[in-house]
Amino acid sequence: MFSIQYLIAFLVGGAICAVAQLVLDTTKCTPAHVLVATVSIGAIMQGLGLYEPFQDFAGAGALVPVSGFGSSITKGMLAEAKRLGWYGLFTGAFEITGLGLVAAIVFSSVISLFRKPLK
Amino acid sequence: MRPQEYKQLVQQNTPPRPIVRNTVWAFLVGGLICTVGQVILDISRIFEPSKTGSAAVTLAVMILIGALLTGFGVYDEIAELAGAGAAVPITGFANTVTAAAMEYRREGYLQGMGSKMLIIAGPVIVYGILSGFIVALIKSLILGVL
Repeated sequence: MFSIQYLIAFLVGGAICAVAQLVLDTTKCTPAHVLVATVSIGAIMQGLGLYEPFQDFAGAGALVPVSGFGSSITKGMLAEAKRLGWYGLFTGAFEITGLGLVAAIVFSSVISLFRKPLK
Repeated sequence: MRPQEYKQLVQQNTPPRPIVRNTVWAFLVGGLICTVGQVILDISRIFEPSKTGSAAVTLAVMILIGALLTGFGVYDEIAELAGAGAAVPITGFANTVTAAAMEYRREGYLQGMGSKMLIIAGPVIVYGILSGFIVALIKSLILGVL
């Protein structure tokens, strides 16, 4: 069941990573700088209403890079602010991203019980 | 030797970064991870038809994959080759959390694992929230939601 959506996800996701790598190699930015920039760009694009159509087009190619994480933070805040008023800005941060954050903490804790770093 | 000469000598003897090769690998691996994400997204849509729900499930599964591959030491091998291609996808986020958890567990569960698990992922969360908050605040004010 091949669809063009897989190719788009590959190209767009790959392009985001390639740009990040180029910035890493050609500037003095550390990986932390690049990741923070990527997540912030996602959050800002969501606020401008740009990330939603981008994600409709690129699917996982826009969702899986950390820019998708940033856009989800803004998206959750805006949705909750609409629903609850000003304190939705505070509760909304983890509306969508909470699942990923909790997943990362739970899975990592369990794995660290059984595995040690190789190096 | 003067500092300037030393600097020049270092510059001459540092091998040039293989920029093209790094970028191509980042593109291929990053693209592949996103394609895997697309497969999971399509599958999760069957169980979770809402757009937000299927996106959240996909991210959780990708994080599980990233954490497991880190546990088995595979992700670090991928990251060595792919650089940003492994770091930028959400699996890389999981990788930093799991790697830190495994690394610092020996320093204890509280002071080690508990406090240092997010030592690398922390900036992403903090600045994601800060930039999201500023943008959401401005937009809410403009739209008159608040």
